[in-house]
Amino acid sequence: MKKLALPIPFGKMNQPRLSSARLEDGSRVAVIGGGPAGSFFSYFLLDFAQKVDLKLQVDVYEPRDFSVAGPAGCNMCAGIVSESVIQMLAVEGVTFPPTVVQRGMDTYVVYTDAGKARLETPALEKRIGTVFRGAGPLGIQGNEWRSFDGFLLEKAVQKGANLLRGRVEEVSRLEDGRVQVKTRGGAAQSYDLLAVSAGVNTNILKIFQDVDADYRQPGLVQTFTREYYLGKKKIESYLGEHTIHFFMLNIPGLDFAAIVPKGDYVTVALLGDGLNKDVFEAFLNSSPVKECMPPDWKPEEYACHCSPRINIHGAAHPYAERMVVLGDAGISRLYKDGIGAAYRAAKYAAATAVLQGIGEEDFKRDFWRSYRNMEYDNITGKVLFTVVRLIKPRRFACHAFVQMMVDEQRKPADQRRMSRFVWGMCTGSAPYREIFLSAFNPSFLSQWLLHLGSSLVRRTG
Amino acid sequence: MKTGDLGAEYPDGALIFRQGDKGDCMYVVLEGKVEVYLERDGQVVPIRMCREGDFLGEMALFQGEVRSASARSVGGVRLLTVDKKNFLRRIKEDPTMAFRLVQELSKRIRELDEDLAVLSRALQDCMNEQIN
Repeated sequence: MKKLALPIPFGKMNQPRLSSARLEDGSRVAVIGGGPAGSFFSYFLLDFAQKVDLKLQVDVYEPRDFSVAGPAGCNMCAGIVSESVIQMLAVEGVTFPPTVVQRGMDTYVVYTDAGKARLETPALEKRIGTVFRGAGPLGIQGNEWRSFDGFLLEKAVQKGANLLRGRVEEVSRLEDGRVQVKTRGGAAQSYDLLAVSAGVNTNILKIFQDVDADYRQPGLVQTFTREYYLGKKKIESYLGEHTIHFFMLNIPGLDFAAIVPKGDYVTVALLGDGLNKDVFEAFLNSSPVKECMPPDWKPEEYACHCSPRINIHGAAHPYAERMVVLGDAGISRLYKDGIGAAYRAAKYAAATAVLQGIGEEDFKRDFWRSYRNMEYDNITGKVLFTVVRLIKPRRFACHAFVQMMVDEQRKPADQRRMSRFVWGMCTGSAPYREIFLSAFNPSFLSQWLLHLGSSLVRRTG
Repeated sequence: MKTGDLGAEYPDGALIFRQGDKGDCMYVVLEGKVEVYLERDGQVVPIRMCREGDFLGEMALFQGEVRSASARSVGGVRLLTVDKKNFLRRIKEDPTMAFRLVQELSKRIRELDEDLAVLSRALQDCMNEQIN
């Protein structure tokens, strides 16, 4: 007689340690959360499975309707897709149409309290995309674009995933080691593998923290985001059609801010570990912001706003037997390229699940190694952001920093070392480690010292 | 070009890269067509036509830095550049990145094999005619 499989909460059982658990033909996989991490995981899991002739059933649980405007259909972020993600996904066969990308970007203007510098991609190629994660801000009308998250989820469904609209309320482990998922008002479903990609701005993670003794939620920080309607003409006249504005201003509590043009709207996003309403007001009323926004723009007249939390420190133990945690609920890149981090972690997890196995040891051996590399890179990122924090209050250093970038624009691309450094910091297109090491180049250091000296002389003169 | 278009546009007939040039990137076709061709004794020998989703220029990433063929836009094309350094770094981090490239190269070898078989057959027929 077949043994009855009873649900047991994770924390109340001895979790199986070593396992030979593998995905087989007919295995069932649950993905909780249909944001980028969940969609990428589903897409690559099915892609790898097809490559090895494995037939899987993948159910993605996502209650959110990404075609609804406002916070209800939005996963809340600045909505920048980095050049490395756009390039690598293109190689993987996933390209983003102009109905999803609001604007292709080729330029960053970097503002400090001592001036600004303009950085461009080679040949002004549009390598960065700005998107709405949902269907756009509250009250949007005649929207020409689709949700970025909705587009990725559709890719996963086209690959063979099933989209289930239920909200997951309960997760438990069965006696045979498999996982059971129950939605509000729905029947319990058992799965061979569970991927948790629910984000950090929902309550779902509490379920896992309660039931999985080893998992610890990631370190989070609150961000501020507002959407302003300006219209295409004003955006193109004042901000530039393909330009992201990046601010490194000396406002206590604020690390960075960006004004990101979308179709008819601009997104104002602030990052820092001491953000509050006063910091936001100080930023919106600062001279560099007034300089780039239209003269009749009113900071208090915004279309939509949110204060999502983002991951700044990876979750502890983001895997267990037949379970893996992805996206912001696991690890992200410090302050940058959250979509890129979701793509990388999701793909590592999918490759591990199909090509290695779904046991705790499999995830530890393969997925965890890649995860830790991202965590180590974030530590280097923290060092870099500390250096930038030291520069920001010193006007002469800001002047040297900007002037070095401005002077470099006359040089060949491979000699624009400060520009590359800042480009990497702004866009998140290179690992922090690589950006950090580039600062030890003798030519970079000598030029930096020369500009610092020159700015000091200018100040004292 | 729409505001959300990515990559760079090349008008009809525009040269994307020339045989013998130094190459430090590959391209992905986002929209339109690209003709890849060889220049032999002043003659243009078409090799293949790249369409949406296809790669070109990838050989320079792996076999030295010199382009083995030329490429030009046919009727206007939009291309996305993939930097050599970014791409090789990603392959180092994630070797499965190379799967699609290997798949594409395998497809091309298969097509070349078929072309070779057709040419070989034609040559054989020609020789038989000459003998007869």
